[in-house]
Amino acid sequence: MPRLWLLSTVGLILILSLVSVFVGVIDLSWAGILRDPEALQLLAVSRLPRTAAALLTGCSMAGSGQIMQILVRNKFVEPISAGTGQAAALGLLLSVLLFPAAELAVKMSLAAGTALLGTLGFLTLVRRLPPTEPLLVPLVGLVYGGILGAVMVFIAFQADLIQYVEVWMLGEFSGVMRGRYELLWLAGGAAFISYLIAGQFAILGLGRDISLSLGLKHRQVMAAGLLCGSVGSALTVVAVGMLPFIGLVIPNLVSRRLGDNLRTTLPITALLGGVFVLGCDILARMLRHPFEVPVGTIFGVLGSIAFLWLIYTRPRNA
Amino acid sequence: MIRITDISHQIAGQEILHRVNLDIPQGGLTALVGPNGAGKSTLLSLVARLLKAQSGRIEINGKDLSQYSHADLAKLLAILPQVLTSTHRISVKDLVGFGRYPYSRGRLGPQDRKVVAQVLQSFELQQIQDRFLDTLSGGQRQRAYTAMAWAQDTEYLLLDEPLNNLDIAASRSLMARLKTLAKQEQRTIVIVLHDINYAAGYADHIVALKAGQIVAAGSPQEIVSEGFLRDVFETDAKVVLAGERPLVVV
Repeated sequence: MPRLWLLSTVGLILILSLVSVFVGVIDLSWAGILRDPEALQLLAVSRLPRTAAALLTGCSMAGSGQIMQILVRNKFVEPISAGTGQAAALGLLLSVLLFPAAELAVKMSLAAGTALLGTLGFLTLVRRLPPTEPLLVPLVGLVYGGILGAVMVFIAFQADLIQYVEVWMLGEFSGVMRGRYELLWLAGGAAFISYLIAGQFAILGLGRDISLSLGLKHRQVMAAGLLCGSVGSALTVVAVGMLPFIGLVIPNLVSRRLGDNLRTTLPITALLGGVFVLGCDILARMLRHPFEVPVGTIFGVLGSIAFLWLIYTRPRNA
Repeated sequence: MIRITDISHQIAGQEILHRVNLDIPQGGLTALVGPNGAGKSTLLSLVARLLKAQSGRIEINGKDLSQYSHADLAKLLAILPQVLTSTHRISVKDLVGFGRYPYSRGRLGPQDRKVVAQVLQSFELQQIQDRFLDTLSGGQRQRAYTAMAWAQDTEYLLLDEPLNNLDIAASRSLMARLKTLAKQEQRTIVIVLHDINYAAGYADHIVALKAGQIVAAGSPQEIVSEGFLRDVFETDAKVVLAGERPLVVV
Protein backbone atom coordinates (compact mmCIF):
# COMPACT_ATOMS: atom_id res chain seq x y z
CA MET A 1 0.00 0.00 0.00
CA PRO A 2 2.58 2.69 0.94
CA ARG A 3 4.73 1.59 -2.00
CA LEU A 4 1.80 2.03 -4.36
CA TRP A 5 1.23 5.55 -3.02
CA LEU A 6 4.90 6.39 -3.37
CA LEU A 7 5.04 5.16 -6.97
CA SER A 8 1.85 6.96 -7.95
CA THR A 9 2.97 10.26 -6.43
CA VAL A 10 6.29 10.02 -8.24
CA GLY A 11 4.41 9.21 -11.46
CA LEU A 12 2.08 12.17 -10.96
CA ILE A 13 5.04 14.46 -10.35
CA LEU A 14 6.60 13.42 -13.66
CA ILE A 15 3.34 13.89 -15.59
CA LEU A 16 2.50 17.24 -13.97
CA SER A 17 6.05 18.54 -14.48
CA LEU A 18 5.76 17.78 -18.17
CA VAL A 19 2.38 19.56 -18.35
CA SER A 20 3.70 22.49 -16.31
CA VAL A 21 6.57 23.08 -18.69
CA PHE A 22 4.20 23.49 -21.63
CA VAL A 23 1.56 25.67 -19.97
CA GLY A 24 1.98 29.43 -20.08
CA VAL A 25 1.33 32.66 -21.93
CA ILE A 26 3.92 31.91 -24.60
CA ASP A 27 3.33 28.74 -26.57
CA LEU A 28 6.01 26.14 -26.30
CA SER A 29 6.21 22.96 -28.31
CA TRP A 30 8.48 19.93 -28.50
CA ALA A 31 9.62 20.98 -31.91
CA GLY A 32 10.33 24.50 -30.67
CA ILE A 33 12.57 23.27 -27.86
CA LEU A 34 14.62 21.29 -30.34
CA ARG A 35 15.00 24.03 -32.96
CA ASP A 36 14.32 27.43 -31.44
CA PRO A 37 16.99 28.87 -29.10
CA GLU A 38 14.43 31.34 -27.73
CA ALA A 39 12.14 28.53 -26.67
CA LEU A 40 15.03 26.85 -24.94
CA GLN A 41 15.72 30.12 -23.15
CA LEU A 42 12.07 30.32 -22.02
CA LEU A 43 12.33 26.80 -20.71
CA ALA A 44 15.50 27.42 -18.74
CA VAL A 45 14.67 30.86 -17.38
CA SER A 46 10.98 30.54 -16.61
CA ARG A 47 9.19 27.22 -17.06
CA LEU A 48 11.64 24.84 -15.40
CA PRO A 49 12.32 27.16 -12.43
CA ARG A 50 8.59 27.64 -11.93
CA THR A 51 7.93 23.92 -12.01
CA ALA A 52 10.75 23.22 -9.59
CA ALA A 53 9.61 26.04 -7.30
CA ALA A 54 6.07 24.67 -7.06
CA LEU A 55 7.32 21.15 -6.37
CA LEU A 56 9.86 22.24 -3.76
CA THR A 57 7.37 24.52 -2.02
CA GLY A 58 4.82 21.71 -1.83
CA CYS A 59 7.36 19.22 -0.46
CA SER A 60 8.65 21.69 2.06
CA MET A 61 5.25 22.91 3.28
CA ALA A 62 3.76 19.44 3.62
CA GLY A 63 6.90 18.15 5.35
CA SER A 64 7.12 21.11 7.72
CA GLY A 65 3.43 20.74 8.54
CA GLN A 66 3.87 17.09 9.39
CA ILE A 67 6.86 17.82 11.63
CA MET A 68 5.06 20.65 13.40
CA GLN A 69 2.14 18.32 14.08
CA ILE A 70 4.50 15.82 15.69
CA LEU A 71 6.27 18.49 17.75
CA VAL A 72 3.07 19.83 19.32
CA ARG A 73 1.33 16.44 19.12
CA ASN A 74 -1.71 17.92 17.49
CA LYS A 75 -2.98 17.21 14.00
CA PHE A 76 -4.65 20.54 13.40
CA VAL A 77 -1.66 22.87 13.29
CA GLU A 78 0.59 23.94 10.46
CA PRO A 79 3.49 26.39 10.51
CA ILE A 80 2.15 29.07 8.18
CA SER A 81 -0.97 29.84 10.20
CA ALA A 82 0.57 29.22 13.64
CA GLY A 83 3.16 31.96 13.72
CA THR A 84 6.14 30.46 11.88
CA GLY A 85 5.17 32.06 8.57
CA GLN A 86 4.34 35.42 10.13
CA ALA A 87 7.56 35.41 12.15
CA ALA A 88 9.53 34.69 8.98
CA ALA A 89 7.84 37.58 7.18
CA LEU A 90 8.53 39.81 10.20
CA GLY A 91 12.22 38.90 10.01
CA LEU A 92 12.24 39.63 6.31
CA LEU A 93 10.62 43.00 6.92
CA LEU A 94 13.14 43.86 9.63
CA SER A 95 15.98 42.95 7.31
CA VAL A 96 14.54 45.23 4.63
CA LEU A 97 14.28 48.05 7.18
CA LEU A 98 17.57 47.57 9.00
CA PHE A 99 19.88 46.26 6.27
CA PRO A 100 18.34 47.39 3.00
CA ALA A 101 21.54 46.76 1.09
CA ALA A 102 22.16 43.30 2.50
CA GLU A 103 22.41 40.26 0.29
CA LEU A 104 19.63 37.74 -0.03
CA ALA A 105 21.53 35.27 2.16
CA VAL A 106 21.49 37.73 5.07
CA LYS A 107 17.76 38.43 4.70
CA MET A 108 17.09 34.74 4.44
CA SER A 109 19.08 33.96 7.60
CA LEU A 110 17.26 36.65 9.52
CA ALA A 111 13.90 35.31 8.35
CA ALA A 112 14.90 31.76 9.31
CA GLY A 113 16.05 33.00 12.71
CA THR A 114 12.82 34.82 13.51
CA ALA A 115 10.82 31.85 12.18
CA LEU A 116 12.68 29.63 14.63
CA LEU A 117 11.96 32.02 17.51
CA GLY A 118 8.32 32.30 16.44
CA THR A 119 7.91 28.52 16.43
CA LEU A 120 9.67 28.23 19.77
CA GLY A 121 7.26 30.82 21.16
CA PHE A 122 4.32 28.79 19.90
CA LEU A 123 5.67 25.57 21.44
CA THR A 124 6.16 27.30 24.80
CA LEU A 125 2.65 28.70 24.66
CA VAL A 126 1.07 25.40 23.71
CA ARG A 127 2.82 23.47 26.47
CA ARG A 128 0.72 25.33 29.02
CA LEU A 129 -2.59 24.32 27.44
CA PRO A 130 -4.58 21.51 29.03
CA PRO A 131 -4.01 18.24 27.11
CA THR A 132 -7.71 17.44 27.39
CA GLU A 133 -8.59 20.29 24.99
CA PRO A 134 -6.85 19.44 21.71
CA LEU A 135 -8.76 22.04 19.71
CA LEU A 136 -7.30 24.85 21.81
CA VAL A 137 -3.91 24.27 20.19
CA PRO A 138 -4.83 25.30 16.62
CA LEU A 139 -7.00 28.14 17.95
CA VAL A 140 -4.15 29.51 20.02
CA GLY A 141 -1.96 29.07 16.94
CA LEU A 142 -4.32 31.18 14.83
CA VAL A 143 -4.46 33.91 17.46
CA TYR A 144 -0.70 33.85 17.93
CA GLY A 145 -0.09 33.95 14.17
CA GLY A 146 -2.64 36.74 13.87
CA ILE A 147 -0.86 38.84 16.50
CA LEU A 148 2.55 38.36 14.88
CA GLY A 149 1.00 39.20 11.52
CA ALA A 150 -0.58 42.34 12.94
CA VAL A 151 2.75 43.50 14.38
CA MET A 152 4.32 42.96 10.97
CA VAL A 153 1.59 44.86 9.12
CA PHE A 154 1.82 47.71 11.64
CA ILE A 155 5.56 48.08 11.14
CA ALA A 156 5.16 47.81 7.38
CA PHE A 157 2.43 50.44 7.44
CA GLN A 158 4.60 52.85 9.43
CA ALA A 159 7.52 52.32 7.06
CA ASP A 160 5.37 52.49 3.94
CA LEU A 161 6.26 48.93 2.95
CA ILE A 162 2.75 47.46 2.78
CA GLN A 163 3.17 46.45 -0.85
CA TYR A 164 6.20 44.35 0.01
CA VAL A 165 4.32 42.60 2.77
CA GLU A 166 1.37 41.77 0.57
CA VAL A 167 3.65 39.85 -1.75
CA TRP A 168 4.84 37.69 1.13
CA MET A 169 1.37 37.15 2.55
CA LEU A 170 -0.12 35.83 -0.67
CA GLY A 171 2.12 33.16 -2.06
CA GLU A 172 2.22 32.62 -5.80
CA PHE A 173 4.65 31.59 -8.49
CA SER A 174 4.19 34.10 -11.30
CA GLY A 175 7.36 35.95 -10.26
CA VAL A 176 9.50 32.83 -10.19
CA MET A 177 12.41 32.94 -12.60
CA ARG A 178 15.93 31.63 -12.75
CA GLY A 179 17.97 33.40 -10.08
CA ARG A 180 14.94 34.12 -7.87
CA TYR A 181 13.84 30.77 -6.53
CA GLU A 182 17.06 28.86 -5.80
CA LEU A 183 16.55 29.29 -2.04
CA LEU A 184 13.84 26.71 -2.36
CA TRP A 185 16.42 24.02 -3.01
CA LEU A 186 17.59 24.64 0.55
CA ALA A 187 14.01 24.20 1.75
CA GLY A 188 13.95 20.93 -0.16
CA GLY A 189 17.22 20.05 1.57
CA ALA A 190 15.62 20.71 4.97
CA ALA A 191 12.77 18.39 4.00
CA PHE A 192 15.26 15.73 2.98
CA ILE A 193 17.17 16.00 6.28
CA SER A 194 13.92 15.61 8.17
CA TYR A 195 13.27 12.47 6.14
CA LEU A 196 16.58 11.04 7.38
CA ILE A 197 15.36 11.32 10.97
CA ALA A 198 11.74 10.43 10.23
CA GLY A 199 11.95 7.23 12.29
CA GLN A 200 12.90 9.28 15.35
CA PHE A 201 10.07 11.75 14.71
CA ALA A 202 7.59 8.88 14.64
CA ILE A 203 8.69 7.84 18.14
CA LEU A 204 8.58 11.46 19.29
CA GLY A 205 4.87 11.35 18.45
CA LEU A 206 4.36 8.82 21.26
CA GLY A 207 5.28 11.46 23.82
CA ARG A 208 8.24 12.45 25.94
CA ASP A 209 8.11 9.63 28.46
CA ILE A 210 7.98 6.79 25.96
CA SER A 211 10.63 8.47 23.80
CA LEU A 212 12.95 8.68 26.80
CA SER A 213 12.17 5.12 27.84
CA LEU A 214 13.19 3.95 24.36
CA GLY A 215 16.49 5.81 24.71
CA LEU A 216 15.63 8.46 22.12
CA LYS A 217 17.55 11.70 22.58
CA HIS A 218 14.28 13.54 22.99
CA ARG A 219 15.66 17.07 23.25
CA GLN A 220 17.96 16.74 20.25
CA VAL A 221 15.28 15.24 18.02
CA MET A 222 12.85 18.00 19.06
CA ALA A 223 15.51 20.61 18.22
CA ALA A 224 16.21 18.99 14.86
CA GLY A 225 12.51 18.98 14.02
CA LEU A 226 12.14 22.58 15.07
CA LEU A 227 15.08 23.57 12.90
CA CYS A 228 14.00 21.65 9.79
CA GLY A 229 10.37 22.78 10.05
CA SER A 230 11.11 26.46 10.74
CA VAL A 231 13.89 26.84 8.19
CA GLY A 232 11.83 25.07 5.52
CA SER A 233 8.82 27.31 6.13
CA ALA A 234 10.90 30.48 6.35
CA LEU A 235 12.60 29.79 3.03
CA THR A 236 9.32 29.26 1.21
CA VAL A 237 7.98 32.54 2.65
CA VAL A 238 11.11 34.37 1.46
CA ALA A 239 11.05 32.78 -1.98
CA VAL A 240 7.36 32.61 -2.93
CA GLY A 241 5.32 33.94 0.02
CA MET A 242 2.92 32.28 2.44
CA LEU A 243 0.92 29.31 1.24
CA PRO A 244 -1.29 28.25 4.12
CA PHE A 245 -3.28 25.02 4.36
CA ILE A 246 -0.90 22.70 2.48
CA GLY A 247 0.89 21.75 5.68
CA LEU A 248 -2.46 20.91 7.24
CA VAL A 249 -4.34 19.10 4.49
CA ILE A 250 -1.65 16.89 2.99
CA PRO A 251 -0.25 15.33 6.21
CA ASN A 252 -3.78 14.64 7.45
CA LEU A 253 -4.75 13.08 4.16
CA VAL A 254 -1.78 10.73 4.26
CA SER A 255 -2.26 9.99 7.96
CA ARG A 256 -5.87 9.01 7.36
CA ARG A 257 -4.94 6.48 4.72
CA LEU A 258 -1.50 5.26 5.72
CA GLY A 259 -1.06 6.11 9.41
CA ASP A 260 1.65 8.02 11.23
CA ASN A 261 4.73 5.87 10.90
CA LEU A 262 6.74 8.70 9.43
CA ARG A 263 9.51 6.44 8.26
CA THR A 264 7.23 5.26 5.49
CA THR A 265 4.79 8.17 5.25
CA LEU A 266 6.95 11.31 5.41
CA PRO A 267 8.36 10.95 1.86
CA ILE A 268 4.84 10.30 0.56
CA THR A 269 3.52 13.36 2.42
CA ALA A 270 6.26 15.58 1.03
CA LEU A 271 5.89 14.34 -2.56
CA LEU A 272 2.12 14.57 -2.43
CA GLY A 273 2.51 18.17 -1.25
CA GLY A 274 4.55 18.78 -4.39
CA VAL A 275 1.89 17.15 -6.56
CA PHE A 276 -0.90 19.29 -5.07
CA VAL A 277 0.94 22.59 -5.29
CA LEU A 278 2.15 21.97 -8.81
CA GLY A 279 -1.33 20.82 -9.88
CA CYS A 280 -2.87 23.95 -8.36
CA ASP A 281 -0.28 26.15 -10.03
CA ILE A 282 -1.06 24.61 -13.42
CA LEU A 283 -4.76 25.26 -12.83
CA ALA A 284 -3.90 28.80 -11.73
CA ARG A 285 -2.24 29.38 -15.07
CA MET A 286 -4.98 27.75 -17.16
CA LEU A 287 -8.27 28.88 -15.60
CA ARG A 288 -8.23 32.45 -16.91
CA HIS A 289 -5.55 32.12 -19.51
CA PRO A 290 -3.66 34.33 -20.32
CA PHE A 291 -4.18 35.80 -16.82
CA GLU A 292 -3.34 34.03 -13.59
CA VAL A 293 -5.32 33.23 -10.47
CA PRO A 294 -3.20 33.19 -7.26
CA VAL A 295 -2.26 29.59 -6.49
CA GLY A 296 -3.27 30.08 -2.83
CA THR A 297 -6.86 30.73 -3.94
CA ILE A 298 -6.99 27.51 -5.95
CA PHE A 299 -5.47 25.56 -3.12
CA GLY A 300 -7.92 27.15 -0.68
CA VAL A 301 -10.87 25.87 -2.71
CA LEU A 302 -9.49 22.41 -3.51
CA GLY A 303 -7.97 22.05 -0.06
CA SER A 304 -11.28 22.81 1.67
CA ILE A 305 -13.05 20.22 -0.45
CA ALA A 306 -10.33 17.67 0.29
CA PHE A 307 -10.55 18.48 3.99
CA LEU A 308 -14.32 18.11 4.11
CA TRP A 309 -14.04 14.81 2.34
CA LEU A 310 -11.40 13.82 4.87
CA ILE A 311 -13.62 14.67 7.83
CA TYR A 312 -16.73 12.98 6.47
CA THR A 313 -15.19 9.73 5.30
CA ARG A 314 -14.23 7.08 7.79
CA PRO A 315 -10.50 6.60 8.25
CA ARG A 316 -9.02 3.33 7.11
CA ASN A 317 -8.77 0.91 9.95
CA ALA A 318 -6.00 -1.37 8.88
CA MET B 1 18.40 -5.08 42.05
CA ILE B 2 17.05 -1.55 42.23
CA ARG B 3 18.23 0.21 45.40
CA ILE B 4 16.56 3.46 46.35
CA THR B 5 18.35 5.41 49.07
CA ASP B 6 17.03 8.45 50.85
CA ILE B 7 15.01 9.82 47.95
CA SER B 8 12.99 12.96 48.59
CA HIS B 9 11.15 14.82 45.87
CA GLN B 10 9.25 18.07 45.70
CA ILE B 11 6.94 19.27 42.96
CA ALA B 12 5.90 22.93 43.05
CA GLY B 13 6.99 23.28 46.65
CA GLN B 14 5.00 20.28 47.81
CA GLU B 15 6.82 17.25 49.13
CA ILE B 16 5.72 14.21 47.14
CA LEU B 17 8.30 11.75 48.45
CA HIS B 18 9.99 11.96 51.84
CA ARG B 19 13.23 10.05 52.51
CA VAL B 20 12.24 6.87 50.72
CA ASN B 21 14.49 3.84 51.18
CA LEU B 22 13.58 0.74 49.24
CA ASP B 23 15.17 -2.33 47.67
CA ILE B 24 13.24 -3.81 44.80
CA PRO B 25 14.24 -7.46 44.60
CA GLN B 26 15.40 -9.16 41.42
CA GLY B 27 12.84 -11.22 39.55
CA GLY B 28 9.08 -11.51 39.71
CA LEU B 29 6.33 -8.98 40.10
CA THR B 30 6.58 -6.15 42.62
CA ALA B 31 3.39 -4.18 43.10
CA LEU B 32 3.42 -0.57 44.26
CA VAL B 33 0.17 0.24 46.05
CA GLY B 34 -1.19 3.15 48.05
CA PRO B 35 -3.88 5.79 48.04
CA ASN B 36 -4.12 8.47 45.36
CA GLY B 37 -1.32 11.01 45.61
CA ALA B 38 0.93 8.77 47.69
CA GLY B 39 3.84 9.31 45.29
CA LYS B 40 3.81 5.97 43.41
CA SER B 41 4.07 7.44 39.92
CA THR B 42 6.70 9.94 41.03
CA LEU B 43 8.82 7.14 42.48
CA LEU B 44 8.49 5.15 39.25
CA SER B 45 9.39 8.19 37.14
CA LEU B 46 12.48 8.80 39.26
CA VAL B 47 13.65 5.20 38.86
CA ALA B 48 13.16 5.48 35.09
CA ARG B 49 14.93 8.86 35.06
CA LEU B 50 11.92 10.62 33.55
CA LEU B 51 12.26 12.98 36.50
CA LYS B 52 15.57 14.29 37.72
CA ALA B 53 16.40 13.18 41.26
CA GLN B 54 16.54 16.11 43.69
CA SER B 55 18.19 14.29 46.56
CA GLY B 56 19.23 10.79 47.53
CA ARG B 57 20.39 8.13 45.08
CA ILE B 58 19.09 5.30 42.99
CA GLU B 59 21.26 2.37 41.97
CA ILE B 60 20.46 -0.26 39.41
CA ASN B 61 22.56 -3.43 39.51
CA GLY B 62 25.02 -1.64 41.79
CA LYS B 63 25.60 1.29 39.44
CA ASP B 64 24.32 4.80 40.04
CA LEU B 65 21.41 5.68 37.77
CA SER B 66 23.03 8.92 36.62
CA GLN B 67 26.04 6.94 35.32
CA TYR B 68 24.02 5.17 32.63
CA SER B 69 23.92 6.59 29.11
CA HIS B 70 20.51 6.97 27.42
CA ALA B 71 21.29 4.06 25.14
CA ASP B 72 22.45 1.73 27.92
CA LEU B 73 19.57 2.53 30.23
CA ALA B 74 17.07 1.84 27.45
CA LYS B 75 18.47 -1.69 27.19
CA LEU B 76 18.25 -2.25 30.94
CA LEU B 77 15.00 -0.62 31.96
CA ALA B 78 11.73 0.26 30.24
CA ILE B 79 8.82 2.28 31.57
CA LEU B 80 5.27 2.52 30.34
CA PRO B 81 3.66 5.75 31.56
CA GLN B 82 0.07 5.98 32.65
CA VAL B 83 -1.44 8.12 29.91
CA LEU B 84 -1.01 6.47 26.54
CA THR B 85 -1.72 8.44 23.41
CA SER B 86 -4.56 7.23 21.26
CA THR B 87 -4.54 9.74 18.42
CA HIS B 88 -1.25 8.66 16.89
CA ARG B 89 -2.07 6.33 14.00
CA ILE B 90 0.56 3.64 14.28
CA SER B 91 -0.04 -0.01 13.49
CA VAL B 92 0.36 -2.49 16.34
CA LYS B 93 3.23 -4.15 14.54
CA ASP B 94 5.08 -0.86 14.00
CA LEU B 95 4.51 0.06 17.64
CA VAL B 96 6.05 -3.17 18.87
CA GLY B 97 8.86 -2.52 16.38
CA PHE B 98 9.52 0.82 18.11
CA GLY B 99 10.32 -1.24 21.20
CA ARG B 100 13.45 -2.38 19.37
CA TYR B 101 14.71 1.19 18.98
CA PRO B 102 17.51 0.84 21.58
CA TYR B 103 18.98 -1.95 19.45
CA SER B 104 17.96 -1.05 15.91
CA ARG B 105 18.09 2.78 16.02
CA GLY B 106 15.07 2.72 13.75
CA ARG B 107 16.18 0.15 11.18
CA LEU B 108 14.85 -3.25 12.16
CA GLY B 109 17.32 -6.06 11.49
CA PRO B 110 16.52 -9.78 11.22
CA GLN B 111 17.01 -10.31 14.97
CA ASP B 112 14.65 -7.39 15.73
CA ARG B 113 12.01 -8.78 13.40
CA LYS B 114 12.29 -12.14 15.12
CA VAL B 115 11.76 -10.57 18.54
CA VAL B 116 8.81 -8.51 17.27
CA ALA B 117 7.15 -11.62 15.84
CA GLN B 118 7.72 -13.49 19.10
CA VAL B 119 6.33 -10.68 21.24
CA LEU B 120 3.30 -10.27 18.97
CA GLN B 121 2.67 -13.96 19.53
CA SER B 122 3.13 -14.00 23.29
CA PHE B 123 0.81 -11.02 23.69
CA GLU B 124 -1.68 -12.54 21.22
CA LEU B 125 -1.58 -9.55 18.93
CA GLN B 126 -1.09 -11.27 15.56
CA GLN B 127 -4.78 -10.97 14.68
CA ILE B 128 -4.69 -7.19 15.07
CA GLN B 129 -1.07 -6.49 14.14
CA ASP B 130 -1.98 -4.33 11.14
CA ARG B 131 -4.68 -2.32 12.90
CA PHE B 132 -3.98 1.29 13.89
CA LEU B 133 -3.85 2.11 17.60
CA ASP B 134 -6.75 4.56 17.43
CA THR B 135 -9.07 1.79 16.23
CA LEU B 136 -8.36 -0.56 19.16
CA SER B 137 -10.29 -1.06 22.38
CA GLY B 138 -8.70 0.17 25.61
CA GLY B 139 -7.61 -3.33 26.54
CA GLN B 140 -6.08 -4.07 23.15
CA ARG B 141 -4.24 -0.76 23.15
CA GLN B 142 -2.81 -1.33 26.62
CA ARG B 143 -1.72 -4.80 25.52
CA ALA B 144 -0.05 -3.37 22.41
CA TYR B 145 1.88 -0.76 24.43
CA THR B 146 2.89 -3.34 26.99
CA ALA B 147 4.11 -5.55 24.14
CA MET B 148 6.19 -2.63 22.86
CA ALA B 149 7.83 -2.21 26.26
CA TRP B 150 8.34 -5.98 26.40
CA ALA B 151 10.05 -6.00 23.00
CA GLN B 152 12.60 -3.63 24.50
CA ASP B 153 13.95 -6.76 26.14
CA THR B 154 14.98 -5.08 29.37
CA GLU B 155 15.81 -6.67 32.70
CA TYR B 156 13.46 -4.23 34.44
CA LEU B 157 10.02 -3.18 33.30
CA LEU B 158 8.08 -0.45 35.10
CA LEU B 159 4.35 -0.16 34.44
CA ASP B 160 2.29 2.76 35.74
CA GLU B 161 -1.31 1.68 36.35
CA PRO B 162 -1.66 -0.54 33.30
CA LEU B 163 -5.09 -1.72 34.46
CA ASN B 164 -6.65 1.73 34.22
CA ASN B 165 -9.78 1.57 32.07
CA LEU B 166 -9.51 -2.18 31.56
CA ASP B 167 -12.40 -4.53 32.26
CA ILE B 168 -11.97 -7.54 34.50
CA ALA B 169 -11.19 -9.98 31.68
CA ALA B 170 -8.54 -7.74 30.12
CA SER B 171 -7.05 -6.95 33.56
CA ARG B 172 -6.80 -10.58 34.60
CA SER B 173 -5.36 -11.71 31.31
CA LEU B 174 -2.72 -8.93 31.30
CA MET B 175 -1.66 -9.71 34.89
CA ALA B 176 -1.51 -13.44 34.25
CA ARG B 177 0.51 -12.89 31.08
CA LEU B 178 2.97 -10.60 32.84
CA LYS B 179 3.41 -13.03 35.70
CA THR B 180 4.07 -15.97 33.39
CA LEU B 181 6.41 -14.03 31.11
CA ALA B 182 8.35 -12.52 34.02
CA LYS B 183 8.97 -16.02 35.34
CA GLN B 184 9.84 -17.52 31.93
CA GLU B 185 12.28 -14.80 30.96
CA GLN B 186 13.47 -13.95 34.48
CA ARG B 187 12.58 -10.32 34.28
CA THR B 188 11.73 -7.90 37.07
CA ILE B 189 8.42 -6.09 36.76
CA VAL B 190 7.42 -3.17 38.98
CA ILE B 191 3.80 -2.30 38.58
CA VAL B 192 1.71 0.47 40.09
CA LEU B 193 -1.72 -0.90 40.92
CA HIS B 194 -4.87 0.80 42.10
CA ASP B 195 -6.76 -2.30 43.05
CA ILE B 196 -5.23 -4.02 46.05
CA ASN B 197 -6.84 -7.32 45.04
CA TYR B 198 -4.85 -7.50 41.81
CA ALA B 199 -1.71 -6.86 43.84
CA ALA B 200 -2.66 -9.54 46.35
CA GLY B 201 -3.65 -11.95 43.60
CA TYR B 202 -0.66 -11.70 41.26
CA ALA B 203 2.30 -9.92 42.87
CA ASP B 204 5.27 -11.64 44.50
CA HIS B 205 6.05 -8.55 46.57
CA ILE B 206 3.95 -5.62 47.63
CA VAL B 207 5.31 -2.20 48.55
CA ALA B 208 2.86 0.24 50.09
CA LEU B 209 3.32 4.00 49.97
CA LYS B 210 1.40 6.59 51.91
CA ALA B 211 1.97 10.34 51.89
CA GLY B 212 5.37 9.96 50.26
CA GLN B 213 6.72 7.30 52.59
CA ILE B 214 7.06 3.53 52.47
CA VAL B 215 4.73 2.11 55.08
CA ALA B 216 4.92 -1.62 54.36
CA ALA B 217 6.82 -4.06 52.16
CA GLY B 218 6.68 -7.83 51.88
CA SER B 219 4.75 -10.72 50.35
CA PRO B 220 0.96 -10.39 49.92
CA GLN B 221 0.41 -12.88 52.72
CA GLU B 222 2.56 -10.89 55.10
CA ILE B 223 1.10 -7.55 54.24
CA VAL B 224 -2.53 -7.53 53.25
CA SER B 225 -4.65 -7.49 56.40
CA GLU B 226 -7.52 -5.50 57.85
CA GLY B 227 -5.12 -3.41 59.90
CA PHE B 228 -3.04 -2.65 56.82
CA LEU B 229 -6.07 -1.40 54.91
CA ARG B 230 -7.05 0.79 57.85
CA ASP B 231 -3.55 2.26 58.18
CA VAL B 232 -2.73 2.77 54.52
CA PHE B 233 -6.06 3.33 52.80
CA GLU B 234 -8.10 4.47 55.81
CA THR B 235 -10.96 2.17 55.07
CA ASP B 236 -12.57 -0.65 57.04
CA ALA B 237 -12.72 -3.63 54.73
CA LYS B 238 -12.71 -7.31 55.59
CA VAL B 239 -9.87 -9.52 54.40
CA VAL B 240 -10.53 -13.21 53.78
CA LEU B 241 -8.23 -15.95 52.54
CA ALA B 242 -8.84 -17.36 49.08
CA GLY B 243 -6.57 -20.39 48.91
CA GLU B 244 -3.16 -19.02 49.87
CA ARG B 245 -3.84 -15.45 48.87
CA PRO B 246 -5.55 -12.74 50.90
CA LEU B 247 -8.63 -11.19 49.34
CA VAL B 248 -10.20 -7.87 50.23
CA VAL B 249 -13.99 -7.98 50.41
CA VAL B 250 -15.08 -4.76 48.75
